[in-house]
Amino acid sequence: MSGIHDMGGNLGLGAVDVRDDGVGFHHEWEARVFAINRLLLERGLYTLDEFRYAIERMEPERYLAASYYERWLHAIEVLLAEKGILS
Amino acid sequence: MSDHDHDHESSAALSNRVKTLVAQLEQRDLLTEAKLDATVETFLLKATPANGGRVVARAWVDAAFKQRLLDDASAAVAEIGIDMSHWAPVKLRAVENTDREHNVIVCTLCSCYPIALLGPSPAWYKSAEYRSRTVREPRAVLAEFGVALPPDVRINVWDSTSELRYIVVPRRPQASEGLSEAELAALVTRDGLVGTALL
Repeated sequence: MSGIHDMGGNLGLGAVDVRDDGVGFHHEWEARVFAINRLLLERGLYTLDEFRYAIERMEPERYLAASYYERWLHAIEVLLAEKGILS
Repeated sequence: MSDHDHDHESSAALSNRVKTLVAQLEQRDLLTEAKLDATVETFLLKATPANGGRVVARAWVDAAFKQRLLDDASAAVAEIGIDMSHWAPVKLRAVENTDREHNVIVCTLCSCYPIALLGPSPAWYKSAEYRSRTVREPRAVLAEFGVALPPDVRINVWDSTSELRYIVVPRRPQASEGLSEAELAALVTRDGLVGTALL
């Protein structure tokens, strides 16, 4: 079964907005989410596969509404809760 | 706050969510503010497209290195001191543009990207439009980036995964014979390394 994340070949999408401001992180919290994920992966609290799958399991509407690092934050929160690390 | 009573959370709300998460992780000794700051700082200093530029320039001036890069890119970039694998086991593959073939990378499933070589990815790489259309109509997508290729040039689209990521080795610009390796590296752009620009 293909999830919302599986976007290859989807029809009906418009032109790519190729503008680029050259900024990797637009908010401080985005950089922090990036770093949190890296540190937790390094500690072996979850694997990259588990992380990716936690994003893929998001509800379609929520997935589409969320920004890139918002999806990351969601995945981290879900994995830590599922593993009983955070309540 | 319920997860479902909004379409899009404000950045302030997200920032608070991150603060709460960090506080909880600190309480459990899983990380510290200092370690978090250091990780961001090191990452931003180290992960830049200049790394990809170094790899490509070396390949342009050293045919044996280029062959090693095409055979086993993870090992070849390690040779010049770039570590792709220290936080997740990621394999790198380099694909070379020629006068007959052009390569472009995408990640249709998420937004996998060789961040150590290219720095944080641009918004368009993560967009639904780029992820959906690049595999179906790469020539049209490239045209939106201002890249027009002759019709007889074959376009290879490489769909990244979390385990396997790609880097494009662009064609060496014409009239670059007299340049040093460092000068050549400076000609390499991030978009050139993704395949959405020509050099």
